[in-house]
Amino acid sequence: MKKYISYFRMWLVMGLQYRAAAFGGVVTQFFWGFMEIAAMHAFHASNPASYPMTMEATCSYIWFQQAFIAMLSARVFDGEILESVRSGNIAYELCRPVRIYDLWFFRSTASRLSGAGLRCIPILLVAVLLPESYRLSAPAGPGQFALFLLTLALAVLVSVAYIMLIYISGLYTVSSDGLRRLCSSLMDFLTGGYIPLPFFPEKIRRFLELLPFASMQNVPLRIYSGDLSGTAMYRAIGLQVFWLVTLVAVGRVLCRGAERKLMIQGG
Amino acid sequence: MITMENVCKSYRVAKRNAGFREACKALFHREYEEIQALKDISFTIRDGEMVGYIGPNGAGKSSTIKILSGILTPDSGKVTINGRVLWDMGGRESLSYRRERYRRIDHVRQIGVVFGQRSQLWWDVPVTDSYELLKDIYSIPDSVYRKNLEELTESLALRELLRTPARQLSLGQRMRCEIAASLLHSPDILFLDEPTIGLDAVSKLSVRDFVKKLNRERHTTVILTTHDMQDIEALASRILLIGKGQILMDGTLADIRKDAATMDETLAQLYKTYEIT
Repeated sequence: MKKYISYFRMWLVMGLQYRAAAFGGVVTQFFWGFMEIAAMHAFHASNPASYPMTMEATCSYIWFQQAFIAMLSARVFDGEILESVRSGNIAYELCRPVRIYDLWFFRSTASRLSGAGLRCIPILLVAVLLPESYRLSAPAGPGQFALFLLTLALAVLVSVAYIMLIYISGLYTVSSDGLRRLCSSLMDFLTGGYIPLPFFPEKIRRFLELLPFASMQNVPLRIYSGDLSGTAMYRAIGLQVFWLVTLVAVGRVLCRGAERKLMIQGG
Repeated sequence: MITMENVCKSYRVAKRNAGFREACKALFHREYEEIQALKDISFTIRDGEMVGYIGPNGAGKSSTIKILSGILTPDSGKVTINGRVLWDMGGRESLSYRRERYRRIDHVRQIGVVFGQRSQLWWDVPVTDSYELLKDIYSIPDSVYRKNLEELTESLALRELLRTPARQLSLGQRMRCEIAASLLHSPDILFLDEPTIGLDAVSKLSVRDFVKKLNRERHTTVILTTHDMQDIEALASRILLIGKGQILMDGTLADIRKDAATMDETLAQLYKTYEIT
């Protein structure tokens, strides 16, 4: 276990050194969040009765989404993992007494955390200080806040477990570029990255909430503001755990299969 | 002791003619050609031997090294390293699920590998950080790690380099650091795949001296592939010649050497004799 923690630490530290990228990210995410909230205000003004969330909940949802985008987004890939498969540098990783799946899992989690760690504080800080109709408000209660943290952690793990499947597909097809592009657009939509899931029509929403994608952003961001509570909330947490276990199990089996038929070319 | 028995490996290579039309055709129908990289390779290497594994480009050297290091699965044949079965394809005693699962991980603990054309150091951090990580990966005890690092630092002259990020090292400096990285966990067997490629004269000499010393003092078994005949001359007490996927010769330097010829001429002559150029 210690070796994986060391890997984790290594990538956490490495991720923290990219300051300029983080600054660029902060500015982009901040303006994006601002525009998204403005658009939501317009929806709300046109027909307040059919608006499915409260405005405060929407603001919190969007600000957390922007602050943690590096951690939760289905679009953020570890370029080095993809590159190591394509170039064959994975040969060295296979020469180590480590399991590739576990190694990549820890590594992706670390780089996601360090990416978000650098970006989230300035965004959240500014978001708290904004005028009321745009503000990130306080959590619905201490209980909700604790559950928010728990489900946020689960959400990161589910995202990583899902993205692992795309990395592993690279072991079978050399370049996972195609699959990666296809998946990431679809995922943005299904996770509630473009519009929060409550805005989808009832039947579609019910279906989407069962998919692993709903476990990635939807659950923690809605628990924070109390938009998701009661039985629905416990069901959602249960689904998060279910998807985490399932995705990890599937990933491990595929990874083992891939390790056996792997070819390192050239050299 | 390393034994390879009747190991075969073939690759499937997609082929097509040049041009746009051909590329479109290949979208629907691909032609593959089977390339036999290794045809029935068998040899035995005793503990503490230094073996030079030579042959022209594409002869199957790297494939052999990859199979021995556990990262490439052969099609058939059996490989045993220090009494433990690494690969047994199609044999009757196939490995149980559990043993299979840990086979690679158990195996790689006892080997060190240097691929001359790749890097195992983490690019953006000082060399010493990479070493610390390797220490945890191999669970090397503190005392062993300190002793090994001290020895390696001394004999490869690394003291000045340890605090530098790997990306800022020259190739020669980096190769010395790579070799040290592959030896921190005191492996019994060291695979060197073109360790002197692209190095200047001084760096080549220091790498050779170091490998010789390692073999003498720690009795590490060394298997070396290279195109540099001076490496072979300096290091290998035994030579395996491979061409077109087969072992063509197994002998010593004296066996192949004609009196006045330089090493490169000797080798070129050898390739011609076996028609493997």
